[in-house]
Amino acid sequence: MGELNGLYALWYREFKVFQREKSRLLSSLIQPLMWLVIFGTGLGSSIELGISGSGISYQQFIYPGILCMTVLFGSLFFGLYIIMDKRVDFMKEVLVAPLSRTTLFFGKVLGGATDGTIEIIILMILGALFFGIPFTFYSAIITLIIIALLMVSIISVGLILGSLMNSLEGFGLVSSFVIFPLFFLSGALFPVKNLPAWLYAFVAANPVSYAVDGLRTVILGTGSFGLPTDIIVVLGFAVAMVLIGTYAFSRMKI
Amino acid sequence: MAVIQARNLTKKFGELTAVSKLNLDINEGEVFGLLGPNGAGKTTTLSMLSTLLLPTEGSASVNGFDISKEASKVRHSIGFVFQDPSSDDLLTGRENLYLHALMYGVNMRQANKKMDEVLRLVNLSDKQHQRMRTYSGGMRRRLELARGLLHEPKVLFLDEPTLGLDPQTRENLWGYIKKLSREKKVTIIITTHYMEEADMLCDRLAIIDHGKIVALDTPANLKKLLGGDVVKLKIKKPKLAAVRKLKFVKKVRQDGEIVTLTVQDAGKHLQEILRHIGNVESVESRVPTLNDVFIYFTGSEIREQEGEGGFFERMIRRGNK
Repeated sequence: MGELNGLYALWYREFKVFQREKSRLLSSLIQPLMWLVIFGTGLGSSIELGISGSGISYQQFIYPGILCMTVLFGSLFFGLYIIMDKRVDFMKEVLVAPLSRTTLFFGKVLGGATDGTIEIIILMILGALFFGIPFTFYSAIITLIIIALLMVSIISVGLILGSLMNSLEGFGLVSSFVIFPLFFLSGALFPVKNLPAWLYAFVAANPVSYAVDGLRTVILGTGSFGLPTDIIVVLGFAVAMVLIGTYAFSRMKI
Repeated sequence: MAVIQARNLTKKFGELTAVSKLNLDINEGEVFGLLGPNGAGKTTTLSMLSTLLLPTEGSASVNGFDISKEASKVRHSIGFVFQDPSSDDLLTGRENLYLHALMYGVNMRQANKKMDEVLRLVNLSDKQHQRMRTYSGGMRRRLELARGLLHEPKVLFLDEPTLGLDPQTRENLWGYIKKLSREKKVTIIITTHYMEEADMLCDRLAIIDHGKIVALDTPANLKKLLGGDVVKLKIKKPKLAAVRKLKFVKKVRQDGEIVTLTVQDAGKHLQEILRHIGNVESVESRVPTLNDVFIYFTGSEIREQEGEGGFFERMIRRGNK
């Protein structure tokens, strides 16, 4: 009971903060919309996708990838922000409370996943209304499941890095060496099929690729790895990151 | 009965011994002060007693629970008010209290009543629905004080509770702390290096230096330890030999034209001193302050405190702790 209340407390804090920081929600939506509207239209008007007879526009093609990108950026930085909690003594207040570190970890993950899911739902509605994304009830549910798993994984990665880091100086490093590689090597912006072997190897080794592929399969009906494989990989990634994350939190020093 | 017992409590950070074989008994209901220069080991001691740090050697119990083996029980029974702000700026005062109540497993049916009560205690009832970012430094400390009480701890740790506050706010906060100890009967352990604060608040205090207790008693007794009042005279040609013969003069120190005497019962003997010492330009007599006691025990050398540095350096240092 105590741990559940604690979990709720940590979630409540994240959710309240999210509600009040309206600018955060706005900025998290602007970036994907710019990718879709400007990049999607711009590049889409001059290239042919190698998907025959599908009638999918480039803008639609990158839409699942852009959803994953939103998760990548938002969730990773959400996790990293525990550095800010460490800066003020808020972290000590939580650590001195009679709660296990596992609860602390899950409270953060749930809080971040709630915030992120709201952003994604808004992007899904905008997608259906303005970008001609043919969501059905079934594809919307599978989309949310895949997104949720990806979110849990990436928040965990952020929390793991955040628990190890003690200054914000590492932020730049993290986005150069973690976020951008995960994003560019995920096939978010290009089809995976005709890639040279060396690049394909990187894409296939990137768990985010499977989230993008899974979304593309359920939303647009075109994919490379097959939906079961996609879901298994994304699920495995989430489980692994949560396990490493709880371990990292149990060892975190203040 | 001792609420806190420490036996040979020791903490080493690599080569550095921050706290060395500390023995301490703190009684129920007392306001106990830990005084010491920067880096003396005050915060480290508090961190160990509150289970944030594990001791390297020795043991301690809080409310009868072992700090190493029963950390969770210790945490349930203590409250902590930290040196740095520890509440969320974007939440209101009451929301911060609510979070705390949830984390400490306060019965939710009673939580609302408890929140009202502690808010009244620190006079923040009318500000409770404002976001913390609109609070002044003093209001924030008061809210954090109230929060520390929410789960009815038997022991409350206050780490430099008035650091960086203006004199009015400090005085105001002392009032609240006294009120807490009187009305709530909580044992309060306070670290500070404001001597005035320690004198005002503490029933007993320990002066810590280099990780060891160098003196422990009531403020009044500590002041008595110095052996008398301080008499300061400005005089060109003092007849020190004659003054030294007086039996109520305990200590004589001369710095140029300034002569400082430690005198038993200075009010009574001032006349006689003046008669013996010669033509005095000015004289000043005062009872010793805790500051005199502190300097007596810890010396007057200035501690080479590391620069606070920028935000990043502080973070890095914290990480290495």
